[in-house]
Amino acid sequence: MEIALSILVGIVVTCGAYLMLSGNMVRFLFGLALLSNAANLVIFAAGRLTYGAPPLIAPGEAGPLETVANALPQALILTAIVIGFGLLAFTLVLVHRANRSLGTVEGDAMRLAEPDEGAR
Amino acid sequence: MLLTLCLVVPLATFVVSFAVRRNADLQRSVSIAGSALLLLASLALGAQVVANGPVAAQMGGWPAPFGITLVADLLSAAMVVITGIIALAVSVYGLGDVDRDAERLGHHTLLHALLLGVTGAFLAGDLFNLYVWFEVMVIASFGLLGLGSRGDQIDGTVKYVALNLIATLAFLSGVGLLYGATGTLNMADLHQVVPTLENPVIVLTTAAMFLFAFGAKAALFPVFFWLPASYHTPSVTVSAVFAALLTKVGVYALIRVFTLVYDASTLPLIQNLLLWSASLTMLTGVLGAAAQNDIRRILSFHIISQIGYMILGLAVFTPLALVGAIFYILHHIVVKANLFLVGGVVRKLTGSEELGHIGGLWARTPWLGVLFLIPALSLAGIPPLSGFWAKLVIVKASLDAAYYIPAFLALLVGLLTVFSMSKIWLEAFWKPHPQPDAAATMTLSRAERWSLLTPIVALALITVAIGLIAGPFYGVSVVAAEQLLDPHAYVGAVLGENR
Amino acid sequence: MNSIILSAATRIVTPLMVAFSIFILLRGHNEPGGGFIGGLVAATAFALYAKAMGVPATLRALSLSPPTIAVVGLAMSTLAGLWGLVQSGVLLKGLWPLLTTADDGSKAGLPIGSVLVFDVGVYLVVVGSVLSILFALEADVAEENEGED
Repeated sequence: MEIALSILVGIVVTCGAYLMLSGNMVRFLFGLALLSNAANLVIFAAGRLTYGAPPLIAPGEAGPLETVANALPQALILTAIVIGFGLLAFTLVLVHRANRSLGTVEGDAMRLAEPDEGAR
Repeated sequence: MLLTLCLVVPLATFVVSFAVRRNADLQRSVSIAGSALLLLASLALGAQVVANGPVAAQMGGWPAPFGITLVADLLSAAMVVITGIIALAVSVYGLGDVDRDAERLGHHTLLHALLLGVTGAFLAGDLFNLYVWFEVMVIASFGLLGLGSRGDQIDGTVKYVALNLIATLAFLSGVGLLYGATGTLNMADLHQVVPTLENPVIVLTTAAMFLFAFGAKAALFPVFFWLPASYHTPSVTVSAVFAALLTKVGVYALIRVFTLVYDASTLPLIQNLLLWSASLTMLTGVLGAAAQNDIRRILSFHIISQIGYMILGLAVFTPLALVGAIFYILHHIVVKANLFLVGGVVRKLTGSEELGHIGGLWARTPWLGVLFLIPALSLAGIPPLSGFWAKLVIVKASLDAAYYIPAFLALLVGLLTVFSMSKIWLEAFWKPHPQPDAAATMTLSRAERWSLLTPIVALALITVAIGLIAGPFYGVSVVAAEQLLDPHAYVGAVLGENR
Repeated sequence: MNSIILSAATRIVTPLMVAFSIFILLRGHNEPGGGFIGGLVAATAFALYAKAMGVPATLRALSLSPPTIAVVGLAMSTLAGLWGLVQSGVLLKGLWPLLTTADDGSKAGLPIGSVLVFDVGVYLVVVGSVLSILFALEADVAEENEGED
């Protein structure tokens, strides 16, 4: 299963990178979303996949009775999803603002912060 | 206890400054009090680490390597102290510089969120927490950059965000892969586990991912483009914090990871990459600066060039070189923040940061000229200021290790830095102002003079002190470098007797 | 949005969702659930309310602004962490003041402690920050539409 997941990660990263290479900031945003999900899947695969054994401890027991899924990557991914969600939301607002105040979502056309090269 | 205090203070300041946001005066007092408390807590932590060696604290009482660990060796403690100094300097400077609108939108609150992230990153004991603190820092910095919502600020923020997020994802993937290979993320634990890994590919892959991720945060060649595109757009106060702290967190992370987790001397490919990237960073930074005509853009490119020196110290990887790198970081944070602060005063007195539009400051305000020259000459490495000793140690270490080309580049870049600084000096201070009548009306009010100049004078005094009494500062760097190269005490403090 | 069906349904669904979110929050004590996921459910409930009744009505119904909710939550979590620091010298230490341990190791009393305070803080942070972002976007779009009219 890890192999299949790794291949999936590869495909998602490829799509994400392709989208991010576009000059359009909206596509960049979608690429970013794909890439951050790919990173989460990497962590998931790194923790090894265990089928049908949630990391829960039965009432009255001190620890799990049999092999269970690794709970740590799940906790890491949850944190990473939260952070990724926040960053993505911020970037979305930012691109929206950029479109409003600069009138474009093309990265190449955003040159307000650059020095005026025609002047020299 | 002190470790947690260094995090709790900015967190509490963040909450309280938000709670009192309707009362601007109170909010400013809270912000300054928070920075002062952070400085006190960090000084106490520094004293403790100097006296007893590395200290660690386990959050929630869960033992390492399973729980969250905060840990401070001398390098971390020194970085936290300097963060406290910069925090206090910029919160005082902000009184005269940050406009009401930015304050209303949450300047103080975001500033302390940023400080929280920076302090957390310096004290984090495991890689995933380092990631989380990086994110806290990055989100706060996004907010601070875009606060004004002016066109050029939005533009700068977009570029800053884009590259930072890619670096972040590389970091996260690296963390995932390393966890898959080792089953732990605690850096002290990794120090013991990574050398036992049998698969060299996974070691090299993860090391390269961290190199890219932290390199982008530190503005290393070739991933530095975001820095000059964004650092000149926000308020001067924000620029100064960014210039002082953000890239240095990247440098700190590189030093930490490549001494504690990986031994850079066992990874020749990584070491060579660091070496060449450092050399090119120095060179491109200073050449980029030479082409600029805006004070803050010149200074931004110089950050890049100076980062090269620090990474050169890491790349050479002899004890002396690491001493140089640490000394360089400590000196550079103070000097660079101060140059940005002076740049802000120049703008207030002349109405612009564009060198063609300003001038005549030496005739009007010679004291400002002196205050500019101290950090500027220190940056260029003129004795007896702090930058001289920093450059001296780095160059000597490179020569000792027979890295002649990087050492030559370091000297050449020092010379070109003098050129850049003298350009600002000649244009802003020496030549007459193109519109003397308009400039004469721009003066500082009494309150502004206090809030803007006190931090500048204080930072200049620190620069002079590091230069004239270099011994103790050098001594701290030596001990910090020893702890990096022999992390016994660090690992012991974190893992204990298998506590 | 002007839809009678949506606004009528929202009046019933929103309280149900908020109640459910609190159930998830409390269930997180020993079983899957918790502050984060509960907060998301509550945020969804208010987002639905905002869609049906408009943002101003939602802000009135919330009575606190979303950023304030988030910071109150952050303050609660911080205080829960500090509680452990003050009482046992360890930040974020779980403390159960209403729980007594008998000699044979069995526990009695109410399992309410710093962990619950922390989780409620997380819940509020999530509700507050998600709603802040949503309403900021919503206000932006509304402003734009006004400009075009």
